[in-house]
Amino acid sequence: MEHLTKLKAIIEKYLPEDVDVASIQLESKFIEELNINSAHLVDIVLDVEDEFDIMLENEDMDKMKSVQDALSIIEAKIKAA
Amino acid sequence: MDTNYIRDLLPFDHPYLFVDTITSVTQENIVGSYTFKKDEFFYKGHFKDNPVTPGTILTECCAQLALVCHGLFLSNANSDMVKSRLFFLASSEMDFYSVVLPNEKVIVTAEKIYFRFGKLKSKVKMTKEDGTLVCKGVLSGMQKNTEDG
Repeated sequence: MEHLTKLKAIIEKYLPEDVDVASIQLESKFIEELNINSAHLVDIVLDVEDEFDIMLENEDMDKMKSVQDALSIIEAKIKAA
Repeated sequence: MDTNYIRDLLPFDHPYLFVDTITSVTQENIVGSYTFKKDEFFYKGHFKDNPVTPGTILTECCAQLALVCHGLFLSNANSDMVKSRLFFLASSEMDFYSVVLPNEKVIVTAEKIYFRFGKLKSKVKMTKEDGTLVCKGVLSGMQKNTEDG
């Protein structure tokens, strides 16, 4: 749960003004639903790496379509560390 | 090292190519130059009877070198890769210090902040040949394969 709170705080920084913070749900898709552009998706990944002290690879980035995808990747990386 | 192969890979062409030469390139930095020709298309309207290089074009000149040329180098690009790749500006924050007139040569220097997941972010600086600062700032851009959508 704590991971999700931290992740939401990171996503919020890159949310366009016309998208409400309340719309960040587990099933939300970053690009299609939260209207986050691909450059900001990279920023989210870089912030996630710093926040959770993990390293993401290109294939993680390819899989990261929704908030749930990101959370699963974060939790798998933390467990593997 | 031969650096001009990078220029030949660029997806730009006249009248929207603003790189003449690449002087040096490493994993961290790139340096290049461009001379604004007196018949560039934008001088006719910017401004009426008073040709001055637009700030957006100076930014474009910086971006072509700092983001596209350096990005091609950093991703070991070849001509086949370039054909299926899109390059776009992601963000720019530039400050301007002096004007560039027709026939003036500018030197662009860029230092990579990071290049990850196709996004290149760099500190850039443009000067004239005598070292006069034209503009400086931070630019970022994305490379994407067209088939990725």
